[in-house]
Amino acid sequence: MPKNKTVFEDCDVLVVGGGMAGTGATFEARHWGRNLKIICVEKANIDRSGAVAQGLYAINCYMGMQWGENQPEDHVRYARNDLMGLVREDLGYDMARHVDSTVHMFDEWGLPMMKNKETGRYQREGKWQIMIHGESYKPIVAEAAKKSADKIYNRIMITHLLKDEENENRVAGAVGFNMRTGDYHVFKAKAVIIAAGGASHIFKPRAVGEGMGRTWYAPWSNGSAYALPIAAGAKMTQMENRIVLCRFKDGYGPVGAYFLHLKTYTQNANGENYEKKWYDATKKLVGEYIDHHPTPTCLRNHAFIQEVAAGGGPIHMVTKEAFQDPHLETVGWENFLGMTVGQAVVWASQNIDPKYTNPELTTSEPYVMGSHATCSGAWVSGPEDIAPDDYFWGYNRMMSVEGLFGAGDTVGGSAHKFSSGSFTEGRLAAKAAVKYIEDKKANNIKVSEKQYNDLKEVIYKPLENYTVGRNEITGGTVSPSYISPIQGLQRLQKIMDEYCGGITNNYMTNDNLLKKALELLDWLQEDLENVGAEDYHQLMRAWELKHRALTSQCVTEHTLFREETRWPGYYYRGDHMKLDDENWHCLTVSRRDPETGKFTMEKKPVYHIVDDKEKKKAS
Amino acid sequence: MSTFVYMTRCDGCGHCVDICPSDIMHIDKNIRRAKNIEPNFCWECYSCVKACPNHAIDVRGYADFAPMGHSVRVRREEEKGTISWKIKFRNGTEKDFVSPITTKPWGKFIPKLADGDKPNQGEINSQILYNEPHGLNTDKDLPTLDKNSFKKGVYY
Repeated sequence: MPKNKTVFEDCDVLVVGGGMAGTGATFEARHWGRNLKIICVEKANIDRSGAVAQGLYAINCYMGMQWGENQPEDHVRYARNDLMGLVREDLGYDMARHVDSTVHMFDEWGLPMMKNKETGRYQREGKWQIMIHGESYKPIVAEAAKKSADKIYNRIMITHLLKDEENENRVAGAVGFNMRTGDYHVFKAKAVIIAAGGASHIFKPRAVGEGMGRTWYAPWSNGSAYALPIAAGAKMTQMENRIVLCRFKDGYGPVGAYFLHLKTYTQNANGENYEKKWYDATKKLVGEYIDHHPTPTCLRNHAFIQEVAAGGGPIHMVTKEAFQDPHLETVGWENFLGMTVGQAVVWASQNIDPKYTNPELTTSEPYVMGSHATCSGAWVSGPEDIAPDDYFWGYNRMMSVEGLFGAGDTVGGSAHKFSSGSFTEGRLAAKAAVKYIEDKKANNIKVSEKQYNDLKEVIYKPLENYTVGRNEITGGTVSPSYISPIQGLQRLQKIMDEYCGGITNNYMTNDNLLKKALELLDWLQEDLENVGAEDYHQLMRAWELKHRALTSQCVTEHTLFREETRWPGYYYRGDHMKLDDENWHCLTVSRRDPETGKFTMEKKPVYHIVDDKEKKKAS
Repeated sequence: MSTFVYMTRCDGCGHCVDICPSDIMHIDKNIRRAKNIEPNFCWECYSCVKACPNHAIDVRGYADFAPMGHSVRVRREEEKGTISWKIKFRNGTEKDFVSPITTKPWGKFIPKLADGDKPNQGEINSQILYNEPHGLNTDKDLPTLDKNSFKKGVYY
């Protein structure tokens, strides 16, 4: 047994992860659960953690119902269209009807919102986006969580969930370790809300040297959002729906404000509009989806990828016209400084002044997450007033494991929620978790000493692997007995890249490649028993890797199951290149058996909010 | 880019260690100053740069793709509620920007919900969240849908 001190905490609501969703959950839980003990556990420091750590220059999900700008069903149609028909419309509607109240709170709390001088309304960047000076977005929402929580634990990585001894399908808390002290932390809880991050770095990134960390999504988003529920036997959905981003080259600086507010546009190396060149070929793959407005994100990527493969690159963003306006020039730069400083560094280093040079764009490596133009995540219950029966089992945002809730990247099917929607989803999950406790659904939970002591052995094993293995060799990084976290990570990235639709294969995969990926991932899983960590920092990297590897297995199983190319531009099934609405207009759902590690797959129906106009069109 | 620390400016206070989201700023036991122990896990988020009271931390663009000779410096001033940036290109071009970071004194307008009005009886069973429907600013109830408007099938 490792000698590390064990610290116990008994609580009612445990929030795992203190990013946008976790701060929302922690904040709201207090309103409904006045006398409950509410704990939030964060891997980093809640003041600067999660995807919004460095800030945001826009809130990408705001209805503007107070001015009649949009209604929740409009947002559902938008998300449905962008994801090629497949989203959980009950979850999307539910998020959208509440999101404005979240944004209004941010405004009251001091988040600087830009205003339209003529109308006095929030300054729109696009139909759904509003512009902010959001450098301190995260510290502001962190403050709200701190005021609600009984305690916030920073620098603790949660590695496993605890299960009730009497009911193996009920959650009982979570365990992890403090990467500074090495202490082992056992959190017993009545309800657990997973609000951890999606997954960067499961596919090989374009930058592989010192710049490896300059991924689009934060390098600290290591897929705990998925690995924790998957390992506990919770059902997952749409895990094949990874996202590829079209962004400014190397820095992955955002393009939203450029397209929508600055009205810049893209062209190929010869100054041509390449998107229309690929219209007919794309129509053969996806049919009328290419005629939808706005063009789905994946299909715009598709045109980009085809054009580059055909030799039309590099693709440029035409900025020279817009940047002649000093106001727009300022917006263009501050957009980066507020959320992706690295892009400003790339441009400064390469003398790229968009006033005089049209900057280059690229398509990124794939990411798995649930809050952007993609919706991978856990299969959760919808809200009781609107969710169809197939989508409802008692508590909003509760997974298929009792007492286990999700929000933000964790929740599958609710795309396009972004920062404000993730915070909102945290609020929804928190209210439901409190109701679950008040309904006495969490009584008599039992956790044995054996359960958490066994996990303690497992968690610290990488330290022992290293200590023992290191004595065999004179020095260096090559051992016959262990691999380091970075070595394991690069192996994972190579498998996913080459077999599961990464950049070097131009996002292409097929049945044979995916089966090979599963074989290689199984061996990787076995070898991860032998990952070696020199210190607690590396122990964190080891567990991040294990979470990424489990997420990757699930992604690969889903990608194998869906025998069509639903989202060309995100990935291609070369053996099934066409979109197939007849067989695959459905949600994919998986469950991994915690005992055997085997995945089972099933199809679940898609329910659309349908009005008469749409009925006519479909018939 | 990745962060690095100037030897003569760092006094080992550990603010950067405390804030780094990637846990890569650590205090070197021998020199008792901070250093970036894992540059390839740096997201260049500038959290450490902003937190350093001595302006000892700077950034040098990632070696893979950033030519040298540039700099992007920042000063974040909570009391003034602003953040100021100076961008210097490799060719010497300079650009300066200042943005607000908050409109209110820090934390003063964020409610402590434990002290606020308790939810009314039955609200736990409704669909509303804290401060709703009032906080939607619509003078209407929270929107809802008839369950029957959900249909199976392929609709565009």
